[in-house]
Amino acid sequence: MAVTAIVILRIKNLFTVVMLGGIYSLLSAQMFVNLDAVDVAFTEAAVGAGISTVLMLGTLALTSREEKSEKKSSRTFWLPLVVVFSTGIALIYGTLDMPDYGDPNAPVHHHVAPRYLLDSEGEVGMPNVVTSVLASYRGFDTLGETTVVFTALVGVLILLATRRRRKDNDAPTLADLEEQEDDA
Amino acid sequence: MMKRKPILRVTSKVFMPFILLFALYVQFHGDFGPGGGFQAGVIFASSFILYALIFGLHDAKMVMPSSVLEVLAALGVLLYAGVGVVSFFVGDNYLNYNSLAHDPLHGQHYGILLVELGVGVTVFAAMTLIFYTFAGRGR
Repeated sequence: MAVTAIVILRIKNLFTVVMLGGIYSLLSAQMFVNLDAVDVAFTEAAVGAGISTVLMLGTLALTSREEKSEKKSSRTFWLPLVVVFSTGIALIYGTLDMPDYGDPNAPVHHHVAPRYLLDSEGEVGMPNVVTSVLASYRGFDTLGETTVVFTALVGVLILLATRRRRKDNDAPTLADLEEQEDDA
Repeated sequence: MMKRKPILRVTSKVFMPFILLFALYVQFHGDFGPGGGFQAGVIFASSFILYALIFGLHDAKMVMPSSVLEVLAALGVLLYAGVGVVSFFVGDNYLNYNSLAHDPLHGQHYGILLVELGVGVTVFAAMTLIFYTFAGRGR
């Protein structure tokens, strides 16, 4: 995964970058399988490696294939590096207080998780606890997520779906918009 | 679109029904195995996206017009929220499925099945429609 990420950063051909992004998603899906989170891995493989790669390719067809090379100056090189390293060090320092991986006494395992694991069979009757948590215990959240997907669709439609294709010089300029505002 | 790629055309046609069937399996088997409405919707959408990639956007839109998809996307959210409203009227909290059937467990089953169906339909319609708009923009 690390190798793919670094290659994505270095390479200029955007087509390769999109493909490597798909590979990265697939690798992280395998990571989720290793962590026994099959549902998450499923989603990652379908959405991350599948749909978003295709959408990126669709976007790529509208723009250019090669990344424009920028001039690198040493000043813009050092500041981001310092920021990234200090953030990373702060995050790693934060993980020192966290319980060990798989520690049964960790607070996560004592809040609502035991009830889900022990009682969901009797209360909801689903063998797959993930589904019962998602659709029943956390039904409100999932309703919100579905609404988010719907809202995203509406946003894309409003922004991109024009019934008649507008030519570039036909698009309203800032001055036109200001005039309209003045009229209103 | 790809008139001279017989291998792609034939393989995609062969794969289509299996992808659709797998999506339905993931949708309705989500109670017992991994999966659920979200994943199923994406897989269902991916089959249509595959079709659009191979046979062109025009043919895909003849199979699944975007006007239908727009209705479906809204219908999924409506189904989800509607289940909540129904459970509201049969004497329980919003989105509490216990009272949907005589046995609370059966009620939960029906509720989750319907809710997941709503999620699946919305996700499928949204993903396919987003792809349509992206792909249709370049021409």
